[in-house]
Amino acid sequence: MPNLRFTEKALSDWMRGQADASEIVISSRVRVARNLQHLPFPLLATRQQSEEVLKRLTGIPSDHLQSFGTFYTVELDHIDPLDKRVLVEKHLISPNLANESQHGAVILSEDESVSIMINEEDHLRIQCLYPGFQIRQAWEKASSIDDKFEEYIDYAFDDKHGYLTSCPTNVGTGLRASVMMHLPALVMTQQINRILSAVSQVGLTVRGIYGEGSEAIGNLFQISNQITLGQTENEIIDNLHSVVLQIIEHEKNARTRLMNDSRLRITDRIKRSYGILSYAEVMDSKEAGQRLSDVRLGVDLGILEGPSIPVMNELNVMTQPGFLQKTYGHDMNTEERDIYRAKLIRETLGKR
Amino acid sequence: MLCQECGKRPATLHFTKIVNGEKTEFHFCESCAREKGEMIPGTSGGFSIHSLLSGLMDIDMAGKGAASSAKAAQSLRCEECGMTYSQFSKIGRFGCSSCYKYFGSRLDPLFKRVHGSTVHVGKLPKRGGSKIQAKRKIDGLKLELQQRIHEEEFEEAAKLRDQIRTLEKELSEQ
Repeated sequence: MPNLRFTEKALSDWMRGQADASEIVISSRVRVARNLQHLPFPLLATRQQSEEVLKRLTGIPSDHLQSFGTFYTVELDHIDPLDKRVLVEKHLISPNLANESQHGAVILSEDESVSIMINEEDHLRIQCLYPGFQIRQAWEKASSIDDKFEEYIDYAFDDKHGYLTSCPTNVGTGLRASVMMHLPALVMTQQINRILSAVSQVGLTVRGIYGEGSEAIGNLFQISNQITLGQTENEIIDNLHSVVLQIIEHEKNARTRLMNDSRLRITDRIKRSYGILSYAEVMDSKEAGQRLSDVRLGVDLGILEGPSIPVMNELNVMTQPGFLQKTYGHDMNTEERDIYRAKLIRETLGKR
Repeated sequence: MLCQECGKRPATLHFTKIVNGEKTEFHFCESCAREKGEMIPGTSGGFSIHSLLSGLMDIDMAGKGAASSAKAAQSLRCEECGMTYSQFSKIGRFGCSSCYKYFGSRLDPLFKRVHGSTVHVGKLPKRGGSKIQAKRKIDGLKLELQQRIHEEEFEEAAKLRDQIRTLEKELSEQ
């Protein structure tokens, strides 16, 4: 099956790229929501209508998107539940597309940096991912892919409300820009709540790493715009950009302060986590998230020499339930997963 | 819902805590949550954006005061997909792009609350967007015209007025 390639490796090729501020900002992502004219949104579409949406959107000549890479179409009905789960864990599709869509599909670029979802909450959702802090680049790419689709597709658009979407929270630009940040020092120094509530007052929102309703595991936070109407795309991106820059500054200051005031305690904590990850026989996902966060911080601060940041990113995905089961090739209950998770981490850390 | 801690302020943070498999639900206002250090962003436990939205729409109704106007709104119906306004206010999502047209200005208070605005100013589709682009340009020129008049720069103002006329003529001929 050609589509399995996307679920075999934990780390997408795009994540291997080097980028600015990649020790605090892990990745940047832009999602653009669009709908086709004269067809009901996926919520109310009949199977036939959903099929038509799928046909029209995948019917675009394949060389039309060539300048953005080689693309593969994966229909969700044609892959097994475990592969779906892995695609979600890699952020290549949303949980909604995996579980609730009708004739849902995703068009993925070879390096997995572009993911075009069909029949999610909206007919078309174009998503672009970049390593590190490159939110502007992500928007520019998503916007040019949007232009390519528009050459063939009549979008639902009106003068007053802009691009029409199923959910009123996306109307206008249909743009959701988000930045994934690792903020352990702000969490340790208990400044995080203050900063997060300040963020929500400037039209931004904070989520866990797997989107709406998910928990912040391993000190990873997703900062994204809340407002999509009444601001231009550039204003939205600039606003997010400047807030993220400030959060990076705060995190850096907090790290410096931690190192000045409690170097021994921090070093101890990081090395303990490294030790536990290297030798533990059982590891639940929450503990893994926290300890991996400690180790990542240790690498950033120069307390630990390795593993490299790409390996840390890889571990974050590899230790997710779906990927674990994919790696070891069978279904597991929670206890089994905890055992295999510990094994996988031990082996990965031991190798380097 | 009021905050379960102080019972005074409205609860704005809702989350579920699971300790040794035992579930507990919490509803706090922001200041109590901060005090307790319980504010966990992104944690929600069945509290979705859509239920939040329908809550907002109820406020709009209550704000209008008149029960009759609320009733009139509830009976609005999208002729294209058949979704009624009352269904929309329950699920918080539109059925099709025509819902925007049929629910019309009813939606403005909601957009205002969610986005602080009711009008799109961002990207336009390349095809079909040229008219809007021209309109936007005219609006911008009109604003400038007002300013010139205010500053008594009448010569400049006359030029702008002619420019606006030409553009408006072009637009109506399209």
